[in-house]
Amino acid sequence: MRVRTANAIVAGVIAFLALAPLMVALVASLTPDARLFDAPSAAAVRLVGDHYRALFAERAFWVPIRNSLIVATATTILALALGAPCAYALARWRFRGRGAVLALVLAMSMFPQISVVPPLFLLLRAVGLIDTYPGLVLPYLTFAMPLAVWFLVTVFRQLPVEIEEAAMMDGASRFTTFRRIALPLAAPGLVTTGLLTFLYCWNEFLFALTFTLGPERHTVPVAIALFRGQYQVPWGEVLAAALVATTPIALLVLAAQRRLVSGLTSGGVKG
Amino acid sequence: MAPALITVALVALAPIAWTAWESVHLHDLRMPWLGQPFIGLANYREALADPRFLEAVTHTAIFVLLTVSLEVVCGMALALALNRAMAGRGLLRAAAVLPWALPTVVVALLWRFAFEGPQDIASSGLMQLRILDAPVLWFAGAVTAWVPIVTADVWRMTPFVALLLLAGLQQIDPSLYEAARMDGAGRWTQFRAITLPLVAPALLVATLFRALDAIRVFDLVFVLTAGGPGTATEPLSLYAFAALMRHLRFGYGSGVSMMMFAAAFLGALALIRLIGAGHFEREEA
Repeated sequence: MRVRTANAIVAGVIAFLALAPLMVALVASLTPDARLFDAPSAAAVRLVGDHYRALFAERAFWVPIRNSLIVATATTILALALGAPCAYALARWRFRGRGAVLALVLAMSMFPQISVVPPLFLLLRAVGLIDTYPGLVLPYLTFAMPLAVWFLVTVFRQLPVEIEEAAMMDGASRFTTFRRIALPLAAPGLVTTGLLTFLYCWNEFLFALTFTLGPERHTVPVAIALFRGQYQVPWGEVLAAALVATTPIALLVLAAQRRLVSGLTSGGVKG
Repeated sequence: MAPALITVALVALAPIAWTAWESVHLHDLRMPWLGQPFIGLANYREALADPRFLEAVTHTAIFVLLTVSLEVVCGMALALALNRAMAGRGLLRAAAVLPWALPTVVVALLWRFAFEGPQDIASSGLMQLRILDAPVLWFAGAVTAWVPIVTADVWRMTPFVALLLLAGLQQIDPSLYEAARMDGAGRWTQFRAITLPLVAPALLVATLFRALDAIRVFDLVFVLTAGGPGTATEPLSLYAFAALMRHLRFGYGSGVSMMMFAAAFLGALALIRLIGAGHFEREEA
């Protein structure tokens, strides 16, 4: 009984630490500006949706949401389409230097993003893609593709190799085996990898800040970071925007946390 | 399958090679008439002689040391707590993962509100706990401005460290603890003699992963302090960003970026050696 109480207390503390900042923001985003400057109190506050209304009516917050959805979705699809064959080759094809290629892939996803900003900017400027959707998808692929390859190699390695050997015995080519056998079997892993890639793209800031010029092409994180009021920080609207940006992520984590966690840790630590 | 590998190489190596090329040339987008003459290592020499660059190096090192050590300690505690079988563990794990999954910009804003918002939650909370006597203007002091930055990063990344450690903890054979209990070992002895050595590899990997990520910190500082007050909290990536996108000095900015890349590359090599043998060389699935 004592152990159970202790566990409940520990669980409560963890949940509080993880969620308290979000709860504070939620309450503040629903508090009218005039009341926001009062000391926080437990007394009943009239909650209003003014900040959320202003966010969409006056600040056209749906524009960055649209931009983020387009860029993140396009990057995820391309990263999976390009990454799956790469990952399959690395998982199944034995050749000298395979370890080195895998190491390179892992290293790529950990390089400082700023170190590829100069060439990407010059390239995008030369071909006129600054401030366009392709001008964001292309830079995003530099981190999204290695990430997808890295996770998918683990996914393909966990598939039983016998089924693929049987298919090839029956005369299927390497590519047919990949397309008709391995890919459908790897579907759950592809979904998890897609979710993780989408999450990284949705959250990305530096590239979006550097390669877009105005509100018309800003993604959600950039739009929120550059939020300005006329005289002071419009905290109510800023926090409302932050929570709107959080909602899809929170849903995603709740829906797929078990698979996200196992995907992350298997790609990261275990062999 | 060869095209696949060529794509990887192209996406990976071409941009870095280009940055390296830029870094040994003079390239100022504001002065296109200068062309792009080769100037050897002059960009690197200039950076190493610039006090602001050296301060940025110090800031980055302080940030890495502080956040990674705090995250490893807190992550270990969280992992041990999550490792105990308890009701609602799935939900608890989801709650713990949420801070990690949030956009960094959102994390930064949540904590800026706590430290700088109209309600001044951080100061008043600490005053109620009698840790502070008077409210602090966190973002006005060169030292105090680090408090929100470090707090936000630790809040965000502790769950990630905990998950990596949890994967290590779950591979420890429970019979070891049973045997230790039979021999009369207390909880602390069990932790020191069994848990710590067996979770050490995961601990090392988590530490390096975090360090590599912390070296490139950008979003968090950009939103929280923008490197201020003055340049008191400016890390390397912000310094490089200013050189590139504000002063449009692409040669110089590339030089700074290459030095960051080199540091990250060495760290990545170490990490790969650690995960290494098992993951990269193994032949069987």
